[in-house]
Amino acid sequence: MTMNRRKFLSTGSAIALGALAAPAIARTGFAADTIKIGSLLDTSGLFDAYGKPMDMALRLAVDEINGAGGLVGREVEIISYDTQSDMALYTQYAQQLVRKDKVDVVQGGILSASREAIRPTLRKSKVPYFYNVQYEGGVCDRNIVIDGVTPAQQSEILMPAIINKWGKKIYILAADYNYGQITARWMQKYAQDAGGEVVAVDFFPLDVSDFGSTIAKIQSAAPDIVVSALVGGAHLSFYRQWAAAGMNAKIPMASSTIGVGNEHKVLTPEEGNGIMVAYNYSPELQSPTNLAFLEAWTAKYGDVSAIHEIAVSHYQGVKLWAQAVTNAGTPDRDKMIEAVEGGLSIDGPAGKVSIDPKTHHAILDVHLMEFKDQSLKVIESFSQRPPVDTQAVCDLQANPDDTTQYEIKI
Amino acid sequence: MVGGEFRKTLAVIVVAFVAMLIGPSLIDSYTLTVLIIYGMLALSLGLIWGYGGILCFGQAVFFGLGAYSYAIAATNIGESTVPFLLGIAIPFAFAFLLGAMMFYGRLSDVYLGVITLVVTLIFYKFVNSTAGPEYVIGNARLGGFNGIPGFQTLNVPGDPGAYIYDIDFYYFCGVALLVVYALVRWLLASPFGRVAVAIRENEQRVELMGYDVRFRKTVLFAVGGAIAGLSGTLFASWAEIVTPGMFSLAQSAEIIIWCIVGGLGTLVGPVVGAMALAYLKFLLGQQSLVDTTLVFGLILVLSVLFLPRGVVPTLGLLGRKRRGGGSSRRRAGRGRSGRGRRAMQEDAAKEGADV
Amino acid sequence: MDLAVVVIIQIVYSVALLVLISSGLAIVFGMMRVINLAHGEFMMVGGYATIVSVNAGLNVYFAMLVVAPLVVGILGLIVERLVIRHLYGRLVDTMLATWGLSLLLIGLATLIFGNTTTGISPPIEGFPIGDYQVNGYNLFLIVMTVLIVGAVYAVLSGTRLGLIARGTMQRSDMADALGYNPDKVYMVTFFAGSALTGLAGGLLSPLVGIVPTAGAQFIAKAFITVISGGASVIAGLLSSATLFGLVSQAFTFLVDSMVGEIALLVAAVVLLRLLPQGITGRFFKGGL
Repeated sequence: MTMNRRKFLSTGSAIALGALAAPAIARTGFAADTIKIGSLLDTSGLFDAYGKPMDMALRLAVDEINGAGGLVGREVEIISYDTQSDMALYTQYAQQLVRKDKVDVVQGGILSASREAIRPTLRKSKVPYFYNVQYEGGVCDRNIVIDGVTPAQQSEILMPAIINKWGKKIYILAADYNYGQITARWMQKYAQDAGGEVVAVDFFPLDVSDFGSTIAKIQSAAPDIVVSALVGGAHLSFYRQWAAAGMNAKIPMASSTIGVGNEHKVLTPEEGNGIMVAYNYSPELQSPTNLAFLEAWTAKYGDVSAIHEIAVSHYQGVKLWAQAVTNAGTPDRDKMIEAVEGGLSIDGPAGKVSIDPKTHHAILDVHLMEFKDQSLKVIESFSQRPPVDTQAVCDLQANPDDTTQYEIKI
Repeated sequence: MVGGEFRKTLAVIVVAFVAMLIGPSLIDSYTLTVLIIYGMLALSLGLIWGYGGILCFGQAVFFGLGAYSYAIAATNIGESTVPFLLGIAIPFAFAFLLGAMMFYGRLSDVYLGVITLVVTLIFYKFVNSTAGPEYVIGNARLGGFNGIPGFQTLNVPGDPGAYIYDIDFYYFCGVALLVVYALVRWLLASPFGRVAVAIRENEQRVELMGYDVRFRKTVLFAVGGAIAGLSGTLFASWAEIVTPGMFSLAQSAEIIIWCIVGGLGTLVGPVVGAMALAYLKFLLGQQSLVDTTLVFGLILVLSVLFLPRGVVPTLGLLGRKRRGGGSSRRRAGRGRSGRGRRAMQEDAAKEGADV
Repeated sequence: MDLAVVVIIQIVYSVALLVLISSGLAIVFGMMRVINLAHGEFMMVGGYATIVSVNAGLNVYFAMLVVAPLVVGILGLIVERLVIRHLYGRLVDTMLATWGLSLLLIGLATLIFGNTTTGISPPIEGFPIGDYQVNGYNLFLIVMTVLIVGAVYAVLSGTRLGLIARGTMQRSDMADALGYNPDKVYMVTFFAGSALTGLAGGLLSPLVGIVPTAGAQFIAKAFITVISGGASVIAGLLSSATLFGLVSQAFTFLVDSMVGEIALLVAAVVLLRLLPQGITGRFFKGGL
């Protein structure tokens, strides 16, 4: 089984490469009209460190789908726009995808703001939307499918683990926006559930890069652990300054965000080693599906250094959609969404991913990991964690017309 | 003289009106709408900078303030008429206060630039840090970095169910731009406008003639703020979300680039510049060969060096040369403050296109 | 007690940081009345120059103190010859052109390095003061800033070169008549300012992650500091950096870093409203 699958995938990618080289030959096998995926990703501008690998993942997934004969006998075509990290362009291109290109599905969006910018448009024009990024949770909308990890899925594993390992007093640092605020609340909840005590929570605007006074403040609070939900390039300097002050040897650290954009490859081993995280994916996973995925990625792009958490998440999102179309026998929106709600699951690089019909969020494996010499070493795996945060507020089976993004009361 | 100016304005409006009717058959009306909104935003800076000599690095503040005022009010009220008016009134009032603060303090030149830049940063940083649940105005959460989604968009006054959207919204924005253009033309033709231009040319002389320079500059600045606020209001209704990015320096920078490339000292120039460059940005996003930032940087450097007067005035100049004459009373300049003697002499030597 | 020492170090450090990121801009503005809005991107280039040379195996200090200033100085020279030379005396036009330049540099850096944050680790270890760990590299930066300011002062007031430069800035026609080509003096001054900017970028690269857009976080602060300082290069820079550093750190400790940043900006608005020509427009007039 294992060998077969891997072999199958690698031949798949070989065919896909062939298709690139000689599109005319490959196309003859398909029915006349294509199935269109609309892609909106920031492949330039501030957020392209996230967007570029996601775009690569999308293209790999589609190559594999076409290599294996397309979907319901039709070829899958990508229509992609670079949103240039500009929220106004998201709405513009979403309109373009819906009206002019008439796509069957939209995959993409990175920041929550970009998702909220296009979600109403796609809902009104009845184009299903897959948002495949780790985010703050709570979106309840039948037109959207979300396969990223949510804060509760991470915190319920991360917080007890670090409290057992290092001690009870916790100092939380978080990015000052929606994601950081909500994640910090879930961290507090799970810390208290595990018997820990949160001594302080500090929020930082995304462009703060001088953490000198914060580091002094943390020392006067003398916590056992520092937990960070800091986001982006400017915040990366916190880890550097933390290490430069020699603090990384004194107070251990955990995070819900570092590593998502491959930050562990930017920090030196001395700066990064020992930081605990919990994610859905690590390239170090030894599962056969992951090995096959890495092999296919290498065949297409040369090396695997660009792969990160949300690129894999995006890859899995595309595969989930493909599976739903296959199950439904058509890319038609209503039938496809019924298939999503009828027990949809795939075996992705990060393990089994299935969609919870009530919330359209993913049930997935979460791995507790540690930074070790610029890689993510898996310590313990927790299989099939449900999105408990979103489940607490959202039931699309009972209220199919719900479109709110809930802020979850804890 | 006034008759000639009136005819010219009328001609511009007629041409623009026809273009507005033809537009949707060439470019998707949804994209065209935002181009018009940006055009109006550029017009607001074109007015205070090109005619008032006030270089404002913070025009985005009024744009964002208009959008946020509208979004917050619309979330609370659920009907768009009052929010729409607030979206113009609040930026006007804020611009008036800020302008009074600066002009009564006799700030000019680069110091004006710094203050407006700093105010932009303050707004940007503040709005960005309002993600917490404690930042609420009525029912509207400010939302921090993610902005405010899901408010009532523009509707027929008195009937919240009748949305003005799609092609109707396009025509609404188009007509709004034409009305604003006509009003600004009227303002500039009035004694107030004449004095404003005189202040740009020589502030001291105007002051010695007994005019209250500080008050006039403040009013002009506030009018610019109101127009930017209106464009922000329309943008909010178009995008259905407002984000702190509207207050950002990048947004301010873009407005300045539109004006420079389009041509200062005219009203049509900034509008055309904004539409052309915003459309270029939209097109550039559909390819991945060249980096958009790079292209825009290059355009800005080259146009400062080789087209210091902007595209529209240069074209007007060429047209005039071909027709062999005609003279203009007004010089197109970037304001007395910023330019050296050489540039002013050049301005004086050449003729400006006054559209 | 220990906390007090740590807080004082932090305040001195933040003042030094403001001086460091603004010094290149201050020289170019103070001496030439040119505002280089690509200043932040010059720092970014300095940062990349340092990181690339360290990764190529060069010594960290050599990369920061020699390679970065040299690379950015040469970049400045090219920019001066190609762009700024044509715009002397047109303050607003130079601002716009250099703004375009900053976008251009961001675009180029993105093409070359991509948008991923890179960096190197600080070469100096932290050390304890009582119960507190202090970032050793911050102290190094404070020392470097003092040295830089001292050097600039010495060159401007004590050397023939500084005399010529100051003379040219005051009366370029007279300097010209005395046989000193103003064109050349401007060129050298811009080179020096750019090199200083590159040095600042190099020195900061171990502390902050470098991305093509990293310059944006510095330019606004540097711009505000320099303009608020006013015309005198050194007195203006030191006085406004001290004021802003104190205000922002006080509020950061009392409330949080967001309030600290906003306090700095509000202080700048109030200051410029009260002293429209900057601090040295009123005090220390005519100093260096």
